[in-house]
Amino acid sequence: MKVLFKSKMLYISLAIIFILLFIDYNLAIDATKSSVNQFYLMIQIVPPIFILIGLMDVWVPRETMIKLMGEKSGFIGISVAFIFGTFAAGPLVGAFPLAMIMLKKGARYANVLFFLMMWASAKIPIIFFQVTTLGLKFTVVSNIILILMFLVGSFIVEKLMGKKEIEHIVEKAKQY
Amino acid sequence: MGISSYILYVLTAVLLVISFIKDKKKTKKALKKGYMAFIKILPVLIPLFLFVGIILTLITPDQIRQAIGEDSGVIGVIISLVVGSVSFMPPFVTYPLGAELLENGAGYPQVAALVTTLMAVGFVYIGAETKFFSKRATLLRNSLALIGSIVVAIVIWMVM
Repeated sequence: MKVLFKSKMLYISLAIIFILLFIDYNLAIDATKSSVNQFYLMIQIVPPIFILIGLMDVWVPRETMIKLMGEKSGFIGISVAFIFGTFAAGPLVGAFPLAMIMLKKGARYANVLFFLMMWASAKIPIIFFQVTTLGLKFTVVSNIILILMFLVGSFIVEKLMGKKEIEHIVEKAKQY
Repeated sequence: MGISSYILYVLTAVLLVISFIKDKKKTKKALKKGYMAFIKILPVLIPLFLFVGIILTLITPDQIRQAIGEDSGVIGVIISLVVGSVSFMPPFVTYPLGAELLENGAGYPQVAALVTTLMAVGFVYIGAETKFFSKRATLLRNSLALIGSIVVAIVIWMVM
């Protein structure tokens, strides 16, 4: 809990709510309610995600992860990242710990990044919902562009990151 | 809860049962590890969702509607990119909001910019993301998301 009290965001948020109390009392109440609501929404997806993390940690051997998503996984690695990313749900923060476990087990950085980008954009389970709200053409065009952009982008970012920086993150992941 | 949350729950439940049948001890260890991982990031999550709640109250769909209405053009796209980047909404809110904006006269490029940045660019997550990965990794990932969103808006502008 030490980390909690070191968080700048905590104090900024509390300060904003405090200031809002004087400007617009109702707005401050709404903001607090909305925060609680956001937290509640997040808590709903917490149990499956963290159970999955635990299961992945004890059941998936390092060799398997390296084969599936490692340096030489090629097309398989990209596909695994795509499937994991697009079928999952919830806010992107939920994906961060999963990404850490993947890195810990030897997954390639570009594949993990592609997984994160898919989590945050192409959502296959609700694609019909997107078609009905935003239209077929819009859905198809935007999803294809996003998938292509993020696929190429993940490998470019991996290059830009450099080996040292990636190793540093993997070290962090190993303590997880 | 959305459909995808249910899928996640069912998938996890199935895997958990299989794991339990195969090895009780290992399953117990898995649950313990998952719990520890959760406790570790809880202090990061609490301030994050406090902040998201405030942002969602201050930036309402109503205000977005006013900002990117009819004929807002390139300025509208830029506003969409900024608003989408600083704010956060789940797709179940984002898509209907996009549809409503279209009905109210906003263009497809503006809606594309908003919908993609709302989901992929997370300024509110920067603190949490930095703690998990690194500053450079966070900056690069968000830049990639922003560039992707801009490209989608441009392509949508050309084809729709």
